Amino acid sequence: MQNKKDFNKNHRMLTLLTWAFIFLVWFIITRFNLVSHLIVPSPGEVIQTFIAIVTDGYNGISLWEHLGISMLRLLIASVLAIVTAVPLGLFSGYFSKVGAVVDSIVQFYRPLPPLAYYVALILWLGIDESSKITLLYLAAFAPIYIACVAAVANIRVEYLLSAKSLGASGKDLFFQIVFPACLPDIFTSIRTAVGVAYTTLVSAEMIAATSGLGWMVIDASRYLKSSVIFVGIIIMGISGVLIDQGLKALEKKIVFWKGYQ
Amino acid sequence: MNNELIIEIDNLTVDYPTENESVRALDGVDLKIYQHDFICVLGPSGCGKSTLLNVIAGFTLPSDGSFLMQGQPVAGPDSQRGVVFQSASLYPWMSVRKNVEFGPKIKGLPAVEINRIASHYLDQVHLLEVADQPPFQLSGGMKQRVALARALANEPAILLLDEPFGALDALTRIHMRQLVRKIWQEDQNTIFMITHDVDEALSLGTRLLVMSKSPGTIIREFSVAFCDRVDQRTGRVHVDADYLARREEILDLIDV
Repeated sequence: MQNKKDFNKNHRMLTLLTWAFIFLVWFIITRFNLVSHLIVPSPGEVIQTFIAIVTDGYNGISLWEHLGISMLRLLIASVLAIVTAVPLGLFSGYFSKVGAVVDSIVQFYRPLPPLAYYVALILWLGIDESSKITLLYLAAFAPIYIACVAAVANIRVEYLLSAKSLGASGKDLFFQIVFPACLPDIFTSIRTAVGVAYTTLVSAEMIAATSGLGWMVIDASRYLKSSVIFVGIIIMGISGVLIDQGLKALEKKIVFWKGYQ
Repeated sequence: MNNELIIEIDNLTVDYPTENESVRALDGVDLKIYQHDFICVLGPSGCGKSTLLNVIAGFTLPSDGSFLMQGQPVAGPDSQRGVVFQSASLYPWMSVRKNVEFGPKIKGLPAVEINRIASHYLDQVHLLEVADQPPFQLSGGMKQRVALARALANEPAILLLDEPFGALDALTRIHMRQLVRKIWQEDQNTIFMITHDVDEALSLGTRLLVMSKSPGTIIREFSVAFCDRVDQRTGRVHVDADYLARREEILDLIDV
């Protein structure tokens, strides 16, 4: 146990050193003007911009509003993806006929670049929230759906046979065995899906948005405000890590048996 | 034998389809199982003993011949035939108690009754004190005892055990045998068990079936009563010339 603790401590140390090194390189590059500060702003500039955005907002909108609207879009899209992709994926895995209907559609759109179908989404849904949320939703849907189909196929046969021999009907089997047996994989896929949706956030906020972290970065790029771009990217990176940590904590609590199947 | 007839298998054949041709796993099996029989099935791997258990459980349907349970044909698995596999296959998202309660709950029994049944069978397998733990914290032998309690909780007409002690160490296996023997004697269950271990079969069974490979069928049946001669303290059978002779005879049949 003690060894494992030391091991973790060592690893945390390595992670810290990695980041210290990245900051050092950043600092040296900008300190000695190796590249134009228009391309890479100095850490000092980024911190100043960050403080300015925190206090005055960007473009008259506070940072919390930018962050809030982005998170709201992400949250709505993720929740919609979870409540539709989980049942559909489990059904597709369990009933091959449902799979025959849904599978090919998901396989078709999954490899498409989000920007390609975003144009179509705007044509159909308009330029306001619904097309943005739909874009994020589609990005989150596929990983969850595909993981659910695979999870059903990987359920231990003995789980199902035992349940049948204990008198379980088709409905009991689905809700009491299939669903919980797939939960560990479902959770992993939710983490992937939220991550994928987050990566399309900038695309979603590129067109006809007036707020949001993605929009802030796009807008700053138009005026070559590189320090704002950096602030935006750093906030997105950190919030992405925090979201994943939150989901991980939730996973540990709900799927406490993960790894013990 | 004046006990009630539970299962009647007549000229049972099972074919498994493969890519080119079908493989005959069981060929012309006849078997009658009566109340309070303890049947142990022995045979080389590939003799179809697992297929026979799967047919009785309802997991595999006969290709030909008849299989009646209390006079009725069987369409699929149901709560009348409880199964314990070699791997305990307990549900890790349920506590030990919830695993045992699964069958009675599905039946829709009242909560008080479900609780009473679970406590009774957990007590019978000496696991009441770990009832609220998740099953993955238990040892292999304990898991198998939970699986046994879970199957017993439904009070099935017959208990089907598919090499239930195969993955356990020698000492745990002896304790498990003793436990199963005690339950069988107390509750008057009917048990159909597959095993690789001749000593296990001799120390538990009342009827020993020896199966052969291709054709997969029952070639010999022995009626034994060594389970009456078990040392109550150690759980081991008192070995004598008679026992050794039987043991040799069976080993000769299997090892061809």
